[in-house]
Amino acid sequence: MITIRGLEFHYPTGEFNLNIPDFSVTKGSKVAVIGPSGSGKTTLLNLIAGIFTPLRGSLVVDATTVSELPDTGRRDFRVSNIGFVFQDFELLYYLNVLDNILHPYRITNALSLNRDVRSRAAVLAQQMGIGTMLKRHASDLSHGEKQRAAICRALLPQPKLILADEATGNLDPDNKSRILDLLFQAVEDHDATLLAVTHDYELLKRFNRIIDFRDFQQTEHNCHQIQNV
Amino acid sequence: MFNSFYIAWKYITYNKMKTATLVACITLISFLPMALQLLLNESEKQLMSRAVSTHLIVGAKGSALDLVMNTIYFGDEVPELITMEASGQIMESGFALPIPLYARFKTRGSPIVGTNLDYFEFRDLQVAEGRQIAVLGDCVVGAKVSERLDLNPGDSLVSSPESLFDLAGIYPLKMKVVGVLEKSHTSDDLAVFVDLKTAWVIQGLGHGHQDLTQLNDPTLVLKKTESNVAATAKLYHYQEITKNTIDSFHFHGDLSAYPVTAVIVVPQDSKSGTLLQGRYLQKEEIHQIVKPQEVIEGLLQNIFRIKNVLDTVISVVAIATIMAIVLVFALSLRLRQREIQTIFKLGCRKATVVRLVSAEIFIIVLTSGVLCGAMIFLVNSYSHELVRRLVIR
Repeated sequence: MITIRGLEFHYPTGEFNLNIPDFSVTKGSKVAVIGPSGSGKTTLLNLIAGIFTPLRGSLVVDATTVSELPDTGRRDFRVSNIGFVFQDFELLYYLNVLDNILHPYRITNALSLNRDVRSRAAVLAQQMGIGTMLKRHASDLSHGEKQRAAICRALLPQPKLILADEATGNLDPDNKSRILDLLFQAVEDHDATLLAVTHDYELLKRFNRIIDFRDFQQTEHNCHQIQNV
Repeated sequence: MFNSFYIAWKYITYNKMKTATLVACITLISFLPMALQLLLNESEKQLMSRAVSTHLIVGAKGSALDLVMNTIYFGDEVPELITMEASGQIMESGFALPIPLYARFKTRGSPIVGTNLDYFEFRDLQVAEGRQIAVLGDCVVGAKVSERLDLNPGDSLVSSPESLFDLAGIYPLKMKVVGVLEKSHTSDDLAVFVDLKTAWVIQGLGHGHQDLTQLNDPTLVLKKTESNVAATAKLYHYQEITKNTIDSFHFHGDLSAYPVTAVIVVPQDSKSGTLLQGRYLQKEEIHQIVKPQEVIEGLLQNIFRIKNVLDTVISVVAIATIMAIVLVFALSLRLRQREIQTIFKLGCRKATVVRLVSAEIFIIVLTSGVLCGAMIFLVNSYSHELVRRLVIR
């Protein structure tokens, strides 16, 4: 599903460097990514999603070489194939929960908004425990409720690849387990792949693969290099 | 496109204060110059139409504008008074028909205009209900006065005292409404017309009281000779002219010395008018003769000069407002960088962001346009009344 070869990335400012010689994730995997803050977990997800462009190397997702696509191609690929649960939710405060969940359908032509999508959104919100909050503005939601709305938005297009950046970070134990169940269910229902950054070690046993950024070899200038674990 | 407008609408309705401020700024800056132009056009129309139809006015020397505004619009500023002698002189000259006017008093907010029947013929005023003024104490009311005060023939109207604190002043006169004039869409609709003599009664120059020769109360008589009886202040004066009291009303002295505010002059022809004007050029002449059209043109020139200054001020304010609005949008976009990044991350193209912002601007400008249109419609509907209150008074 994901194959990375000789990938290099660094931000225009700062000394952070990410170096991935060889890395792959098979289709249907449920992969947990762990590691200390600032080690490059979120950067890796942004690279896979095509939000960042690698300096060197190749990045292939589901037989598409994302690293070689132009901006518009990466964007269309992301909309059609990837569901991204952002670390800080990225909800629009002036929209209500339902409008936030449906927002990708309103701003891209790659997704088409119809009655079926609306009813799926309502069902998904119900499953996430925010079914009664669809008319509430995002600015009025608690941290946990925002997170669940962000997960609904990511899962609604039934993506082949789900990237979750600390998707269970702000939830109580019951809700963590419930959210993870839903993410795993989405993986199984749509034959998808899950790559989830987490700091929650109790949940790790439920994933079938773990990538630990602490095991990466440190190179000079705080360069992070990751390997398969 | 629908989705862009939907999201823009959500943003605008959520940020109500910001939107309301922007809409108010754009609305006002568009409304002000248009409303000003509209009112000026209406002022010009109203002022000129009446001024053109009034050839000449004779009045006391002084402010020609006050004289014209009082004579043709019955304005609040009362010019210096002249006597009926001025009217007599014009009549004697044979050059023109004089129409004396005494527009000094008020009743329930409407001017009382003392004149004679020639005025109604000159202005082509027809009685819609009731009859024309015939005897002392009768009045006919303009169409709008009738509407505003719900007056019909048979009702009565009481003149307002000139000063509430003038304890020694004259008593108000109760007048009988005998007719309602047809609507003329001029200042005549807003006036109450009486005979000149009734106006003089209102002033106290003519009065009616108990017949002293029939009374035996010695406290009423101050001095009595064979030809004259002087009464004390205890003598009862009538405040209403009725069948029973009309005979007791009388005027002391020479009526030609009685006051009027102006005399409308209707020349026989243009040559007569010119000759008549020549008579008022002498230095010792105490009256002036004015052409209302020239006076109003002078007034309009002043108004347009002020309008030009206002236009400049509004233009500068408009430029400043537009710059402020552009700044607000620019700062707003900067503040919304994170939100814009979010929608990019969700898969939005740059063109979509441009479309979203354009939709927001379009909705704000459209709302302002609709509001501005509604306000202009209101000003247009009430422009006649507004000009009357703001310009003519």
